[in-house]
This record gives sequence, structure tokens and C-alpha cells, in this order.
Amino acid sequence: MRVSFGSSSMGPEAFIKAQNLTKRYDDFLAVDSIDFEVFKGECCGFLGPNGAGKTTTIKMIHCVLPLTAGSLAVSGLDVSQSPREIKKMIGVAPQEENLDPDFTVMYNLLVYARYFDIPKSLALKRSDELLKFFQLEEKRNVIIDQLSTGMKRRLILARALINEPQILLLDEPTTGLDPQARHLIWDRIRSLKKQGVTIILTTHYMDEAAELCDHTLIMDNGKIIEEGKPADLVKKHIGEDVLEIDYDDKVRKDLQEKFPDARLEVVGDRIRVFTSQPHGVFESFLKDFPTKGAAIRNANLEDVFLKLTGRRLRE
Amino acid sequence: MKSSSRIATVFSLPKLTYRVWKVWLRNLDVFMKTYKVNFFPPLLEPIFYLVALGYGLGTLVQNIQGLPYINFIAPALIAISMMNSSFFECTYGSFVRMYFQKTFDAIITTPVSIEEVIAGELVWGATRSLISSSIVLGVVAAFGLVTSPLFLLIPFVAFLAGLMFSAIAMCFTSIAPNIDFFNYPAFLLITPMFLLSGTFFPLTDLPGFIQITAKAFLPLTHAVSLTRGLIVGDLESSLLISLIWIAAVTPVFFILSINLMKRKLIK
Repeated sequence: MRVSFGSSSMGPEAFIKAQNLTKRYDDFLAVDSIDFEVFKGECCGFLGPNGAGKTTTIKMIHCVLPLTAGSLAVSGLDVSQSPREIKKMIGVAPQEENLDPDFTVMYNLLVYARYFDIPKSLALKRSDELLKFFQLEEKRNVIIDQLSTGMKRRLILARALINEPQILLLDEPTTGLDPQARHLIWDRIRSLKKQGVTIILTTHYMDEAAELCDHTLIMDNGKIIEEGKPADLVKKHIGEDVLEIDYDDKVRKDLQEKFPDARLEVVGDRIRVFTSQPHGVFESFLKDFPTKGAAIRNANLEDVFLKLTGRRLRE
Repeated sequence: MKSSSRIATVFSLPKLTYRVWKVWLRNLDVFMKTYKVNFFPPLLEPIFYLVALGYGLGTLVQNIQGLPYINFIAPALIAISMMNSSFFECTYGSFVRMYFQKTFDAIITTPVSIEEVIAGELVWGATRSLISSSIVLGVVAAFGLVTSPLFLLIPFVAFLAGLMFSAIAMCFTSIAPNIDFFNYPAFLLITPMFLLSGTFFPLTDLPGFIQITAKAFLPLTHAVSLTRGLIVGDLESSLLISLIWIAAVTPVFFILSINLMKRKLIK
């Protein structure tokens, strides 16, 4: 029996639920008492600078890292009580390439299937389908060393799907890939989402998060500092348009007079102007003060990310 | 953590299931893919030793314990191959899989646990000992140096001693900061064992304290005496002590190495 409390019982039940989730290494707090919920069938993105705690959180979800404090449940199961049951329903594509270098593409999938107790005939069938899905059929009998980075990535994704997981954890799935390979992977992730797979992804590419995620969590220093739909976050923190303009003392003064409420950011020899005013205000400004090197663009998630986490290098 | 509870942690009994064999099977698959490279060293090395030391040096050496020199060293070569194959499998081999290939990381995202991964590595190390020493046994037999049907029991000794050497090796792997670290156990443990475990001359020729040290602390001593007893067909009561020594030490290091590796890998 589940006891429900007021309106919270109206919403769908969280598929993955973390409460005060904490991970401490000796004197370093990697994840600092965070709460989050991921719902069935959604794609949830964890964003954050290096060292924010994204990978640590992912590793706790698939039961590889023990929690220091708090609770974490996947499909109602406690990660510290039922790791095997949880791992059976999760597929993981790690950041680091860890394919078996001694085996062929096909054999990598078959050996991995064996760890899940998948019968050989079923493993063969699924491997064939997955190689097709990720356009790796021609590489079937090729040794891993001879694959390009993009092919290795695709194989890691294929491997993560061998157990037909309900949850897919993707840790920086497209880092270091060319645009063709990235778009192929994005396309496949969308297709998996359509099939109802719940996806958690970490990424440093804000366009990737905006493209794929229904919900994003921005982490910094082990904490979740903001969350929401990508479009909502952009609207909330940045507005609609951003004006970029070459730096000039006079221009700067003019901008400050014209937009007293706006946030002006000077980076290098460019000024960026963020305002909550609606579409079109920058056009009229440029008409009155024609300036060289000015450009108006849409506000995006990267603006939000830099505003919230700052421009300081982390490593 | 208190030191008493820390000791309890490193000696706590790991939970293992049939999944240990999946890890073992993965290593067997890799081994079979490169079997030509894997079969040659244990085939050729004993031939060199038997020819050079047995026939060459042996003509200058009087019988030892009633045995011609070549018959004396042949069982030692079998025992040495048990030690070398399993020890190097679970130091360099396991380290490469753990650190460079990230194979362990890949396996523990499946229902297989880290304890099962390490146990699978140890059982695989024991299997390497069984395979290598069987090949050396074949060479020794081809030289006509096997004189007792008890040699049929040698594979059991090989597996058990292999498990012991694997577990000791894995303890070094659990504290190795980098792969060069293994030079220390190789020169400070493996080389002295190779020379001072009753391998190429009887222990009784050495000063008393070295004899005692070898019997008390050098595992190879016991593997050599068991193997020699079974090849020659000379079952002394001291062989029982050797068997008990190995049977007692193996589970201790087996459990210890799994817990130490878990501590290293799961922070």
C-alpha cells in the first residue's frame, strides 16, 4: 500500500528518485546532498563543468559506487540493496572506451550478453539488430583496434542496449566525434526515446542537451544549481535575444543608457548584452546607433550555463 | 576506521555466484584467440633447461637423493611453471585488464559484481598454471623423466598452487600504483623462490636458517616438493605438510586479495 499525500499523488511516480544523495571521497565532497527525480520515458540531461559530480551521480545510479549518505531508488529498488536487479534493467555507455581489444565487434557484444545470462541464440539475434541499428554491420568481424573513434562510440552504445534496458545511462556520448557521427547518435537516441527507454545523459555540449533532453539539471561543485526544461531555463535566465557587439567605450555607454536593466558582459573584445525585454529591442537600437561587428542571435542554453557556472576554468 | 574493523573488512567472506565463470570464460576466450603465442613458452623453456642444466651441467653433478641431476630438476621445472604462469597472469595480466583496458569497469556495469570479477581472475590464474604445467609435464615425460603413475595427480597440485600464487599476485596488484611496480615482487619474491626452493639443488645444502625460511615462507618450496614426490613416486610424510601449508595459505590470500581489490576499485 502506498500512502499518498495531497496533490503529489496526482503526478506520475518517479522512476529514479534521489534524496539527499551524497558522495564523499576522503576530503572531497563529489556529490553534495542532491535531490532529483527522473520519470519513465523521459530524457534527462545532467550538465555541469568538469568535476561537477555528473559521472559520480551516474555511477551511483548503476550501483557501481556506494553512497556516502542519502537514498537512491531505481524503479522502487534501493541501489544498495538490489544492485543486480537494477543492473539488469540498465544499459551503460561510459565516458571511457572500455571495449575488449582482443575481440571482434560482434564478439564484444556476445561476451557482454553472456554477463547478463542472455542465451547465445538470442544474443546473436540482438547483436545483429544492434549492429544494423548503429550501421556497424560491415565491421562485424573487425578487431576493435581497427575502428575509428566514432565507430567505437557506436559499438559502446550498441553494447549498452544488449540487455534491452529500460534505462540507458549515457556519459558524454558524443565527446570527440565529428558532426556526422554526432547526428547519427542523436538520431538513434531519439529513436530509443520513442521506444519508451528512459535516458539519462551527461554532456558538455549545450546544443546536444537542448536537442535531446526533456529536462536538464545543471550541477556545479556537487550541487544541483538549477533544473527545468531547456527552453524554460533559457527564457528564465537569459531572455529571447542576445546582442553581441565589438567592444568600444562609447558603445558600452550607449548600451548602458539605452538598456539600464540589461546585463552587459565583456569577454575579450566583445560585449554581450542580455535583456529580458522582448524580441526586437536590439534591432531598434542598431537602427539608432549603427555599429560595426554587431550581431543579434537567439539566446541559448550555453548562455544559461555560463551565467550560472561562470567562466572560470575548472581544471 | 578502527584498525580492528579494517582487518575484519579485508578478511570478510566475499559473496560469489556462478557469474565467476563468466569472467573466467572471457579470459579463456582471449587465451584461445592467441593460443599459439601462449603455448610456445611453456613448451620450449623446459627443453632449454633440461638440455642445458640436465644434460650439460648434470654431467658434472653427482646424484641427488639417489636421482640423476636431470631427474632432480625436472619436477622443479613443472612447479616453476605453475608459479610463473599464475603469478604473472594476476600481476601484469590483471593490471592491464584493470588499468589499461578498463575491462573490470565494463564487466561491473552488468549483473556481475567486482568480487566475482576478481575471483574469476584468480580461478583463471589457477587455470593458466594448470595449462602451462601440463605442457611442461608433457615435455618432461617426453624426456622419459616421469617414473611414477602418481604424476596423474599433478594437475590438482597445479590448480591449487596456481590459485595460491594468483591470490598472492593479486594482493600486489591491489597495491600497485603503476605497472613498473611489479619489478619489486618479481625480483624480491619470484627470483629468490626460483633459486632457493629446492629447485636446482636440495634445500639441505643451505644454512639452517635459510632452510627454515624457505619452508616457512616460500610457497614454491611446497609446490616443488609435492611435484617431485608425485613424479618420482616417493611419498614422504613431509608432503602432507606441504599440502596442508598450501591448502591453508590459499584461502587466506584468496579472500584477502578480493577485498583489497574491491577497496582499490570501489571508493
